[in-house]
Amino acid sequence: MFDLVKHSILFSFFIFLSSFVNADDRKFNLGKIATKTEIAGWNIDVRPDGMGAPKGSGDAIKGEEVYAEQCAACHGDFGEGVDRWPELVGGEGSLDTHDPVKTTGSYWPYASTMYDYIYRAMPFGVAQSLTHDETYQIVAYLLYMNEIIEEDFVLSEKNIGKIKMPNQKGFLLPDPRPDIANTDGKPCMENCKVPTKIIGKARDIDVTPEEEKS
Amino acid sequence: MKKNKKNQSLKLNRRELLVGSASLGAMAAASNSVFAKEVSSKNLPPNVPEWTGELGDGVDVNPYGMPSQFEENVIRRNVEWLTASSQSSVNFTPIQDLEGIVTPNGLCFERHHGGVSIINPKDYRLMINGLVDREMIFTLDDLKRFPQTNKFYFLECAANGGMEWKGSQLNGCQYTFGMVHNVQYTGVKLSDLIQETGLKPKAKWVLAEGSDSSGMTRSIPIEKLLDDCMIAWAMNGEALRSEQGYPARLVVPGWEGNMWVKWLRRLEFGDMPYMTREETSKYTDLLPEGNARMFTWVMDAKSVVTSPSPEKPILNKGVHQLRGLAWSGRGKISRVDVSLDGGKNWKTAKLHDPVLSKSVARFTFPFEWNGEELLIQSRAIDETNYIQPTIQELQKIRGVNSIYHNNSIATWLVNSDGKVDNVRLG
Repeated sequence: MFDLVKHSILFSFFIFLSSFVNADDRKFNLGKIATKTEIAGWNIDVRPDGMGAPKGSGDAIKGEEVYAEQCAACHGDFGEGVDRWPELVGGEGSLDTHDPVKTTGSYWPYASTMYDYIYRAMPFGVAQSLTHDETYQIVAYLLYMNEIIEEDFVLSEKNIGKIKMPNQKGFLLPDPRPDIANTDGKPCMENCKVPTKIIGKARDIDVTPEEEKS
Repeated sequence: MKKNKKNQSLKLNRRELLVGSASLGAMAAASNSVFAKEVSSKNLPPNVPEWTGELGDGVDVNPYGMPSQFEENVIRRNVEWLTASSQSSVNFTPIQDLEGIVTPNGLCFERHHGGVSIINPKDYRLMINGLVDREMIFTLDDLKRFPQTNKFYFLECAANGGMEWKGSQLNGCQYTFGMVHNVQYTGVKLSDLIQETGLKPKAKWVLAEGSDSSGMTRSIPIEKLLDDCMIAWAMNGEALRSEQGYPARLVVPGWEGNMWVKWLRRLEFGDMPYMTREETSKYTDLLPEGNARMFTWVMDAKSVVTSPSPEKPILNKGVHQLRGLAWSGRGKISRVDVSLDGGKNWKTAKLHDPVLSKSVARFTFPFEWNGEELLIQSRAIDETNYIQPTIQELQKIRGVNSIYHNNSIATWLVNSDGKVDNVRLG
């Protein structure tokens, strides 16, 4: 008797569930189908293979003007960076030195990323206000400043996925961690041979913000 | 005569009133002295404390409660010279002042790339497009109607401790370890949400995109997304704070904070990573040879002694409780060891319940101090048997220009006067 009741409860629960599953396999029947127009407005990413690059074009000659107006205040006329705003040009040969300079030219592996980022986030505080042509022009100018393309090279949705960046092969995959020797859960507990001489104090560097300290 | 008497008494009353307000002023001054954390002996036994002789605030005074005024020093702090603007910057959780494992919402460190977006939840939409069976849009209310999950997770910025690669630079526990917080999230698991859109077999990666002024974007492999990622709308029992992505953010347990996209507006499924600015030019780990590791997502085991620390000097000789936090992106913390002599000898600290996977754990260790110099360290071990390394172990392989993923053991020097310094041993 008990089993029968249990089974009939299970059975009606099954019917109850399947009433949600019909139509188009949606389990919860929540949300709405997105229209093409809705997606087009938000789907702004551009991939290394050029997928997502919008129609448009520009060269470094036009780019210089747009850059001077939209970018130079923070990044400098020649991409050298103002104050602590990022440098965009130069830095080649510096990555293995004491002071690496990571710019679009010396570090960024894909030109698509420059387009994607400039369009979605720049100018700082006025995001997504550039036209597609303006964005291609700025990217072309930066590529030209970094001696990756010629001044009159016309960058567009057709070739942005084919630009070879100098540091494209500079990245290692996959993540090799854990990359330290001690991963057996049994560290030294007594009389461990470790350096215990003080070789530096943050107090002496003196860059800690001065204010009320608890 | 009677009138005069009355006037006199009125005058007296006025005088009393004046005297009264003067004593109110004196009381305010007394409060201020307490505010300055000075002991006022008239509040100590055998005297009746001043707050006993008056009524306190009613229930209508603080509709949303704030910490005691005497805790005004427990705040997030930033390092101005680190960044070009405060909108694309970071501040730090005051972990040296916190107890247990929960970070109060208002103290969770902030990292923004285009400032804090203010979003009316009615205007919130989550779009899911790309390699799915149905490209869809969800409202916040839709998300809340999915099966719910509640989980504690730590969130740590990959650059936490990034200033310390070359040497001890910032003299504070907050500034060197404070890009971490730990809260309970309420939200929907992606594995549930995705049942509604379906997934095409070719979908291997997802692009998570924020609607803030930086349009924050990161690529995440689909295995991780469907394993334990969630979209959260609440933290510690209340709606997300604006600075933490209100009304909805991505939660990527155990992985670097940059991937936990705030103000989440879109998930696009694809067959390859998107190579966004954040995962190429930033959040890649430069090695001495000039090449860089990419997609270093997991936050390795780490621990920190929060007290004593540069902000928490030792004020008295005698017994003390050393306090600290430990966490691992690979699972649970299994043990924390503490050294008082710079790593020569270690003792195992007490781990406090609850110890949860990919959440911070609290440890304590009793010790006695008699004015001698100490070199305090802590060392975390997680359930995969990973042991928190020394800075030398990391530098040997990664050099000093990685910026990210410095999970090495720090050293606090306790001076003979009880003051504490962030020092580097070598």
